[in-house]
Amino acid sequence: MALIRFPLAEREGHVEEGSKNSSMPPLLEARGISKSFPGVRALQNVSMHVEAAETLAVCGENGAGKSTLMKILGGVQTPDAGEIHLQGRPIALNTVKDAERAGIVLIHQELNLADDLDVASNIFLGREPTWGGPLGFLSSRIYDDAAALMQRLGLDCSPRARVRDLPVGQQQLVEIARSLSLQSRILILDEPTSSLTDRETERLFRVLRELKRDGLALIYISHRLREIEEIADRVTVLRDGQNAGELFRGGQSSAFDAVSAKPLAGDHGNDIVHENIVRLMVGRELKQFFQRSRHVPEGLPVLSVRDVRWSAKQKAGISFDLRGGEIVGMSGLMGAGRTELADTIFGARPRITGSLILDGLPVNIRTPRHAIDRGIFLAPEDRRTEGLILADSVQQNISLPTLAKISHGGLLSFREESALAKRMIEMMRVRTPSPDQAVGLLSGGNQQKVVLAKWLQMRPRVLILDEPTRGIDVGAKSEIYALMDQLAGEGVAVLMISSDLEEILGMSDRVLVMHEGALAGELARDQLSEEAIMRLATGGDRR
Amino acid sequence: MKKLLGIFLFLAILYGLLLFADPGARSVQNHLNLGQRIGLYGILSLAVGMLIITGGIDLSMGSVVALTSTVFAMLVRDHGWSPIAAMPVVLAMGVVIGLVHGLLVTQVRVQAFIVTLCGLFVYRGIARWIANDAVKGLGSMGENWKDVLNTDLGSVLERWTGWDLPIPKVIHMHLVLFLIILALATVFLHFTRHGRYFFALGSNERAAKYSGISVNTYRIMAYVLCSTLTALFAIPYLLYNNSATPSSTGNFFELYAIAGAVLGGCSLRGGEGTSVGILIGTAIIWLLPNLTNMWGIPSSLEYTVIGVALLLGATLDEVLRRWGRVSKA
Repeated sequence: MALIRFPLAEREGHVEEGSKNSSMPPLLEARGISKSFPGVRALQNVSMHVEAAETLAVCGENGAGKSTLMKILGGVQTPDAGEIHLQGRPIALNTVKDAERAGIVLIHQELNLADDLDVASNIFLGREPTWGGPLGFLSSRIYDDAAALMQRLGLDCSPRARVRDLPVGQQQLVEIARSLSLQSRILILDEPTSSLTDRETERLFRVLRELKRDGLALIYISHRLREIEEIADRVTVLRDGQNAGELFRGGQSSAFDAVSAKPLAGDHGNDIVHENIVRLMVGRELKQFFQRSRHVPEGLPVLSVRDVRWSAKQKAGISFDLRGGEIVGMSGLMGAGRTELADTIFGARPRITGSLILDGLPVNIRTPRHAIDRGIFLAPEDRRTEGLILADSVQQNISLPTLAKISHGGLLSFREESALAKRMIEMMRVRTPSPDQAVGLLSGGNQQKVVLAKWLQMRPRVLILDEPTRGIDVGAKSEIYALMDQLAGEGVAVLMISSDLEEILGMSDRVLVMHEGALAGELARDQLSEEAIMRLATGGDRR
Repeated sequence: MKKLLGIFLFLAILYGLLLFADPGARSVQNHLNLGQRIGLYGILSLAVGMLIITGGIDLSMGSVVALTSTVFAMLVRDHGWSPIAAMPVVLAMGVVIGLVHGLLVTQVRVQAFIVTLCGLFVYRGIARWIANDAVKGLGSMGENWKDVLNTDLGSVLERWTGWDLPIPKVIHMHLVLFLIILALATVFLHFTRHGRYFFALGSNERAAKYSGISVNTYRIMAYVLCSTLTALFAIPYLLYNNSATPSSTGNFFELYAIAGAVLGGCSLRGGEGTSVGILIGTAIIWLLPNLTNMWGIPSSLEYTVIGVALLLGATLDEVLRRWGRVSKA
């Protein structure tokens, strides 16, 4: 029995026939899909389709429902309502196996590989060629079969190489090889480039174009709009769990926003260009989205960071000032050290050199408690593991940092705790059925509001927000932006760490850019542009 | 709450089976004995239960019992100390042992399982060495203490008041001691911020840290509490048995204690558990041998019965949890 057949090659003839015949049903179509989780309506009546030999990009902000839709197509989750059709016939995708049998393979953002096994074993995991019947001796044919697949993808390592020893780009190709060995016709790639270098990305794109030529349908999810401009034939945009609109390669007719039913303004019609995608994703002009009243920060800095280092590998320390009333953006690539810097200022990570000066006086902050007592607060990057105790109630999470204040004679006052929680829930407009709801059941935006509620019950002097809007819906985003603006207006110094360039550009008074554990530069409001930030973030010169 | 109700029902069923078994099972004497065991071993379950809530574990408890009861017996019998003077020494040993565990876990970052497994070997070895592997008896020392601790509440009250009280002599003083400690632990765990931090630490250490809680301090505190309560347990235990055998005293005690705490709703992942649950869990663990005995099941099967009951409890808990998740979604 030949273990690998190349279904695509066999099917090539059909593909061309199919694509010529426009009355043929699409290869894969989802109609009216809805899905809810406790407290969130992830998808409402969403439809999409993909043809053979087509690259469809699915765009949307974090929380727009892309991942849920992809999980439904991949058989990881089942929809509450709606139908999925494969070549015009309804199919049920209740398990990953169902999807694989239908030829649909989902490659997750976090790769699912057994790191300590070799490449060939990973490609055929669970389907190893064996001999000896039930005894199941492994056959060495696995390496030849793997090599054939790997060659097709231009994966030039040995099939016996341990996956752990490969660079991420090659690991990605191992996953793709695995999906090809499953004879898949529809490949879903969720953020495949998020940890790839530029060169690896280029190579992946070459492979994807090759696969498309062979007749595969590709569904491509990415936050990097430039990549989508480059590779997508068609773009479906989701917003708040609904279809927001569609864009086509070379499209010139004027595009409509499906949610508001208003035509999109602009000269590009419904072509796949950056501004069209963003407009559909955000649903309004960016200027309206980021509400920022101008403040003129005055006086002495509230916090001065002087020569701070947390790792012996850093050649130079980091120094900057934060003044009351300003929002300072902090940009940089993954691993540039932004989160480490925030942790160090907050006392959650030991500082090996440098000093902190608060209101002109040196402060020795060695633990988060010291920082909190001085009004320096941090909303950490990962709210699910650092910001919140997911199994605990909203009330218990809010009161956690201030339990000492609501204790009398050592005993907690449950009455005061509940009053505090009610007050903060109201103030932050946290949408929760009750203060006793487990915080893990709230939507991302409401979880983030609870993180902020933990701090805003006290008077902040300095508020550090690490990725404050990651994974939250558009509505909650704009509420958080408005809140940041309000806090700055009250004289709080806000340091906003973000990987979202639009957010950085929209909200910051000035921007600090980090590169490889050092401050690469500072950009004033009038110097701000995506290009200028990226140049500094990638280690380029300041121009 | 649902969980508590579940294990309470389990306890009630077992108790019903017990009452049904034999007239002997319904006697005052049997209830007195049951209360004695639940009370005494409840202290250990509570000690390790509070530690398990923070996400920790202590396997050395049985050896700590051996060491502290041996030292107590030697101080009182061989060196003529009064029990009131020996008590703080033994409690201080508990504090030091807990401190060592806590520091190794938080500062050196050795896994708690390993640290306390090593403790299990080390403390028993020390106990055998200082006693030359000989049984250390109390003889007739500490009679005043025994008069109070090795009897029931009714008798103690009668002696103190000099009256003839018409109350049944069924509540053992060990149970009284445990209920006092349980009340204190309940206030600590569920009504102070320190207890809340124990739960926070067990549920999500990083979130606790970012909320300004000194996680290492609380972790160490949990180990110290556990070992100190274990040392405290050793005193009534020794007074009850009147001697300590360094090579066997306290064998398996940590396992009974952990079983009681886990059956009572403490999750080994940390962050879950209640003081009342620990009481119920301990009661179940000590009702089972009595039950096998009264139903005429050979006592050689005692461990098997406990093991099966524990497995049933854990399986049921997991099934209910999954069922609850499905019905909610």
